[in-house]
Amino acid sequence: MAVALLRQGDALIAAIQSDLTDSQVLRLRDDLTDQVGLHRLRSIIIDVSALDVIDSFVARALRAMAISARLRGAETLVVGIQPDVAIAMAHFDLNLEPLRTATDLDEALAVLTRLPGERGGDG
Amino acid sequence: MTTHETSARPTPSTEVSDGSLLPELVAYLREKGAGLQEQWVDRITDADLLTAMTPEEILSEATAVYDNYVAALETGSVESLQAYARDLSERIIPRGVDTDEVLGIVLLLRDVLARSLFVHYEDNPALLHRILDAYEPAANRIAVTVGVSFVEERERVIREQQEAIRELSTPVLQVRDRLVVLPIIGMLDSQRARQLTEQLLGAIQANRARVVVLDITGVATIDVTVANHLVQTVEAARLMGASAIITGLSSKIAQTLVDLGVDLGQMRTVGDLQGGLEEAERLLAQTHGSAAQPRS
Amino acid sequence: MTDDIRILITSDEDMLPARSHARALALELGFTRTDATLIATAISEIARNIVVHVGKGEITMKPVQEEDRNGLVVVAQDAGPGIADLSAALEQGFASRGGLGLGLPGARRLMDEFEIQSERGRGTTITMTKWRLRDELELLRERRARLDGRAGEPGSDGSAS
Repeated sequence: MAVALLRQGDALIAAIQSDLTDSQVLRLRDDLTDQVGLHRLRSIIIDVSALDVIDSFVARALRAMAISARLRGAETLVVGIQPDVAIAMAHFDLNLEPLRTATDLDEALAVLTRLPGERGGDG
Repeated sequence: MTTHETSARPTPSTEVSDGSLLPELVAYLREKGAGLQEQWVDRITDADLLTAMTPEEILSEATAVYDNYVAALETGSVESLQAYARDLSERIIPRGVDTDEVLGIVLLLRDVLARSLFVHYEDNPALLHRILDAYEPAANRIAVTVGVSFVEERERVIREQQEAIRELSTPVLQVRDRLVVLPIIGMLDSQRARQLTEQLLGAIQANRARVVVLDITGVATIDVTVANHLVQTVEAARLMGASAIITGLSSKIAQTLVDLGVDLGQMRTVGDLQGGLEEAERLLAQTHGSAAQPRS
Repeated sequence: MTDDIRILITSDEDMLPARSHARALALELGFTRTDATLIATAISEIARNIVVHVGKGEITMKPVQEEDRNGLVVVAQDAGPGIADLSAALEQGFASRGGLGLGLPGARRLMDEFEIQSERGRGTTITMTKWRLRDELELLRERRARLDGRAGEPGSDGSAS
């Protein structure tokens, strides 16, 4: 399975195991959106540490996920963007709001349990 | 120029001198090689050059240089001489030999050979002239070649040393949990900026840093490329989940950034390192706040 | 010397080997991980362009070597309908069907050199290159090797190696 899903309470963790095709990315986007509605999730954490390449399409798909999730009341966090991937993504100069990022899973959970109304983890 | 009678055929002097005189010249230099080298070494020591080397070393190098020199005269090609010169430079630069010494010894060799030609052809001034016509440009070209090779080699060494210093001068300090500081000192050029980015992002990953303080108090100016680089670095850090704070921007650099239309809104900047650290603590407190541990 | 790599692009599945081969080749040629990723990302953008707009094309990756630098040249070719308005296509923010990423402008930002030739009805060829400077040590080693190849040189000591 290209993406492993794990539900923990009202959080869903999606760990991407390997490089995904565009169709798989779109399917993931739809699946996660469905999950939010189905289980009234409050947060989605997407672990991309296995991805060697995140191009503009994938970045935009992640953002789209965050927007749909937000519309349904959930926050989306991406964790594990590798340094070289981060540099490549910085070249795109994309606005990824409301997608948030965190260094790792622990951090992601910490961000999600923080007091509401405060901004954290980004510039 | 010279239109003397020595040659039977009335051909232009330069052609004749290159054609039939060079081989004669080269043959003469080879024949007298040993003696001329000794003379040369004597002149070197008299002039107090190459004091960093022992007499044996000087003689051994002298032989090699002499052979290469004569070969260069013979073939008209300095390629082999260049290669030798660079190799020699590579070996003697660490010994503290200077550019003026290298040029000095090459010119001494040129002089030693020239004088010996004067003596050898003293009964035939016309021929001497033509021999010198052949010899001088070639000898000068050799001097330039050796000099340039030496200088290039020195520049290479200096660059290497600068590189090493650069690397040493960007330590990554883990100040406390989740907070990393990178103080930059000196010139921030494009290459160093790239190195910096990799170090910064690596530090975020290794230290699970949530905040990175990049202190550029020690940097005087930056250009467009580096400025854009910094912007990208801040963005990349954010993508990895860390906030970047840049401290110590001189007003000059701040102005550069403004002029370049850099979106400072995305960048957190604070006047000095102290202020930056305080801001960093504030940012860190925000997430972890009163919760002792994240729930899992 | 490393060989060229050619990848036929006919579906979005082909984008996966395109990315991984590109990254692997770049690393093999001595590019940093960062540059290897930039190259792979640029290829991903170009490959998608082919899949989405043309359906079929070919991407070739060739190593090149110059005096003071090594490079990787990527050529993406298709026999599709061509791009009618090149300048528009290269403009930032050009939205090709359905928000499909930044495609060409994205790839251009990631690479050092970027050239595109396209004619309506005649297909498109994109050539993009990334360079890396050959470092001093590399050059020195090569020079040493050349010297040793010539007349036996007295062994050098105290020199960088």
